[in-house]
Amino acid sequence: MVVDPQDSFNKRLQSARERAGLDRSAETEADADTRSDQNAYGLAMRMGVELVAALAIAVAIGYGLDRVFHTKPWLMIAFMPIGLAAGLRNLIRAMGPGSK
Amino acid sequence: MAAGPSIDALGQFRLTTGFGPFGAAVDFTNSNVMMLASALLVLALFVVALQRRAVVPGRLQGIAELSYEFVHTMCIETIGPEGAKFFPLIFTLFSFILLGNLLGLFPYFFAFTSHIAVTAALAVFVFLLSTLVGIYLHGFKFLKLFAPAGVPVWLLPLLIPIEIISYLSRPISLSVRLFANMTAGHVMWEVFAGFMLLLSASLGTVGILAAIIPLGLNVALTGLEFLVAFLQAYVFAVLTCLYLHDAVHLH
Repeated sequence: MVVDPQDSFNKRLQSARERAGLDRSAETEADADTRSDQNAYGLAMRMGVELVAALAIAVAIGYGLDRVFHTKPWLMIAFMPIGLAAGLRNLIRAMGPGSK
Repeated sequence: MAAGPSIDALGQFRLTTGFGPFGAAVDFTNSNVMMLASALLVLALFVVALQRRAVVPGRLQGIAELSYEFVHTMCIETIGPEGAKFFPLIFTLFSFILLGNLLGLFPYFFAFTSHIAVTAALAVFVFLLSTLVGIYLHGFKFLKLFAPAGVPVWLLPLLIPIEIISYLSRPISLSVRLFANMTAGHVMWEVFAGFMLLLSASLGTVGILAAIIPLGLNVALTGLEFLVAFLQAYVFAVLTCLYLHDAVHLH
């Protein structure tokens, strides 16, 4: 039986690379993904900021418009639910389906 | 509380001037010194690391090539083939923020990413750039970003304000995330370290023994802070890519 030197070399190379952990297999990458997902502190921080940032922008816009039109505080109140919805939209975009 | 050590958690973020009397004259702050240091370090690393251009890279060249590959892959995968154009920007942002975070972890060094003014400036720059890129590439069609396809018309008056506010909140969430992470870590460090001083000052020998607990916490926290420093630089770069993706592809 003739052993293809090229083939056996490739096999040895492959096993050596695996031993040295040079080939990042699909499995380890998935592991890394879940690990970063489980960083609960970071996740909570991120989600909280996403939610509050939209609300803050909406309130700021409402307040600014109120000052322009002298309708305090009605536009601010009107913009609050929109800001909340935008915050939820941010959350869905960051965590929901389609976000990798 | 009697006189003695107290916890001054926010003192570490106070701006002073660097470079002696000359720096004081032109208001060159310690924050600016660290920015300059991180920029020069990145530059020096790449100049020195790429001097030899060996086929089998050494350690320094390995760092340079790995970081290049890492950011390049991120650009191409997140933005798409057009991402190569934005690679220099993303790489600059990533390395600058990463070095800023990491340098800030050293004792007596100043973490310039723990100031909202710095992170907000970076985030507003990214926000304006991605908006301008979108307008440059698509003109008025860029506004389609605020009206997703396949939405019933009667829902649009409600959805467009929501989308606009969601879009405007991007620089806030981008800047606050980096700033809050860095500040929180440094404050926790300071609080635990101050707690050690308080314990040993008020309880004597027992206090010194008990101070081992906050010391251990601080050691563990150091590891976490290194993770956060990398993670936040990465998150900032990835989100910049994501915003540019939206600007380039409009969805």
